[in-house]
Amino acid sequence: MASEETVLEPSRVQSDPAGGSRPAIVVEDLHKSFRIPTNRVDSLKERAVRPFAPREYRELHALDGVSFEIRQGEFFGIVGRNGSGKSTLLKLLASIYRADGGRIRIAGRLAPFIELGVGFNHDLTARENVVLNGVMMGLTPAEMRRRLDPVIEFAELEDFADLKLKNYSSGMLVRLAFAVMMEADADVLLIDEVLAVGDAAFQQKCADAFHEMKAAGKTIVLVTHDMATVEQYCHRAMLIADGRIQHIGEPGEVGREYLRLNFEGGDASKLTSGTKDLRLDGLWLENAAGERVENLERGEELVIRGSLEVLRETPGVRVGFTLIDENGHGVFQFGTGTDEDGPGLGPGDRVAIDSRVENLLTPGRYFLHFGAQRYPDPKATVLHVERALGFHVFGGAPSQGVVELPHATELEVEGRG
Amino acid sequence: MSAPSPIAQSAPAPAELREVHGPSALGGGPRRFFDLLWLMSATEFKRVYFGTVFGYLWSLVRPLMLFGVLLFVFTQVFKVGSSLHNYPVLLLLGIVQYTFFQEATTSAVTSVVGQEGVVRKTQFPRLVIPLATVLTAFFNFCLNLVVVFAFILAWGVEPMWTWLLFPVAVAALFVLTAAVSMILSVLFVRFRDVAIIWTVLAQVLFYATPILYPLGLEDFLSETVENLLMLNPLAVIFEQVRVWMLESSAPSPAEAAGGALHLLPALAIYVGVCAFAVWIFNREAPRVAEEL
Repeated sequence: MASEETVLEPSRVQSDPAGGSRPAIVVEDLHKSFRIPTNRVDSLKERAVRPFAPREYRELHALDGVSFEIRQGEFFGIVGRNGSGKSTLLKLLASIYRADGGRIRIAGRLAPFIELGVGFNHDLTARENVVLNGVMMGLTPAEMRRRLDPVIEFAELEDFADLKLKNYSSGMLVRLAFAVMMEADADVLLIDEVLAVGDAAFQQKCADAFHEMKAAGKTIVLVTHDMATVEQYCHRAMLIADGRIQHIGEPGEVGREYLRLNFEGGDASKLTSGTKDLRLDGLWLENAAGERVENLERGEELVIRGSLEVLRETPGVRVGFTLIDENGHGVFQFGTGTDEDGPGLGPGDRVAIDSRVENLLTPGRYFLHFGAQRYPDPKATVLHVERALGFHVFGGAPSQGVVELPHATELEVEGRG
Repeated sequence: MSAPSPIAQSAPAPAELREVHGPSALGGGPRRFFDLLWLMSATEFKRVYFGTVFGYLWSLVRPLMLFGVLLFVFTQVFKVGSSLHNYPVLLLLGIVQYTFFQEATTSAVTSVVGQEGVVRKTQFPRLVIPLATVLTAFFNFCLNLVVVFAFILAWGVEPMWTWLLFPVAVAALFVLTAAVSMILSVLFVRFRDVAIIWTVLAQVLFYATPILYPLGLEDFLSETVENLLMLNPLAVIFEQVRVWMLESSAPSPAEAAGGALHLLPALAIYVGVCAFAVWIFNREAPRVAEEL
């Protein structure tokens, strides 16, 4: 749980890039809980055998009093960890679930999809599916037939328009679905993690289309757990945890809040200790251009950035990392040196972490354990975060081992027989 | 990368806020409902019958085979049919009607669960799903009726003005089929044994409807049995079709029931099934996505 003071009322949020425009989505005090039967009665027989047996339920509060407002023309991000309630919220907005309490109001036509390609019938051709999907989005069949060609063209599938979808590759499917969604011309779009579709060229096209939609005053709600996307596209973002709004505001701010939520408790796999003295406020990877990234290309320098908050007076701090591979085997340890003179820090001071490592790692998944100490006080590790950061190294051929050390290996013909 | 953007460049109309009520049976307005219903059933029909080599022929083969076998058994073995001149046409008409009812309801049972992706991931008017399967079966039924009609004429049945009333009976059958399909499709979401129960019940209903055995034959069915049969709305519809289409002299449903008043229970069952269908579908539709 993040601390309570981070909860902002929507009315207190100042950043409003679409300033003064009309609201597109207004959500008031939304509640939704699911009844999880502890003992699911799935057949009539079980009912018949024990007709009066109490049906036991566990109440799961997926959303617990959520209120916010999204303005027309806004690109709004919703972030949260798995099980935070963000998908439930999206399904409520899309009228897939019915709310237990509260009110949702939406202006204009909503694209009622939360996933691309839903409702595609794989036994029908692309043309037939485009019409079917368009009608699901609320257009008439005639209207959709008129828009058929631009859709096929946008998806770059002119040569495959009469092919049945079961013969499509997954990339083609996603392109088609995306093209239909763009063409359906809804006023409000709900999107669940779909920005990374197709190859680089198509992604660029999607990005352009998004910018055009922004310009055309469309409202877009994006649900994701990828902070980079949120910071790249969104005007404003909202963080949910445990069915409540933790923070609404500028994407960067929400991103930092999200990282903090990730590192502080809540997740049993991340063991944190000693938070009385120091607190890790965020830890992330950056690329050469200073943008946050989640994954690295093989050979790309490992730039680890982060922020520490000092809670108790100390002459200085020292940080260390342990890099481990996906099997938990340590690769190597690194960290700050042992200079004698600390800068002298007091409560509330912040320390920026900047660590650069030459990337000799082979493609795969890696994690960093993080540790921090008050210094000089080398006796105890005051802060330790297991798997504080995880990332992929991608690109190139797979290789044995975890590192590629610099080497020079040559062959020379010694003699001919 | 010069493909034109498909986004319509219309100025954003100032839209008013409207309250969202969550999923429902009809959800999303009547126009969208009927567009979707039509498109889904038509494409499904096309898929089934134009996707196979002999297409539509296959759907005709099944009732015709059943017809052939039953005709042989009941005219040659049990001799029930031989006493009635029109028995073969009556049998064929009955089988084709019942095939529609059975095909529609059995495919409707799993329809909502089968469309899981659509139900869980889009805002989709739930009622479209079972109704589309009924409509697909109905298209098939209409095509079969053409064959039956040709057979009726070839058999030498005199055209009657009451043939014009046939659509009324078909409408009654359609509504009942749709109602049963709605109940089954939404109950199956909660109770998976509905599928098995229904295959058995459909079998029972087949024999509880005068298809194999004509009513009003001397020394065949007792009056009590005929009266009891008229509790079944399907039996009433089928018997009325027989009177209108084949023999105006055949016992009308009222006669078979032993008086017009005795048709009231069947009517009550018919209305009750329809009302129950509407009630339970409306009640369950909003929660279907969660129950799946």
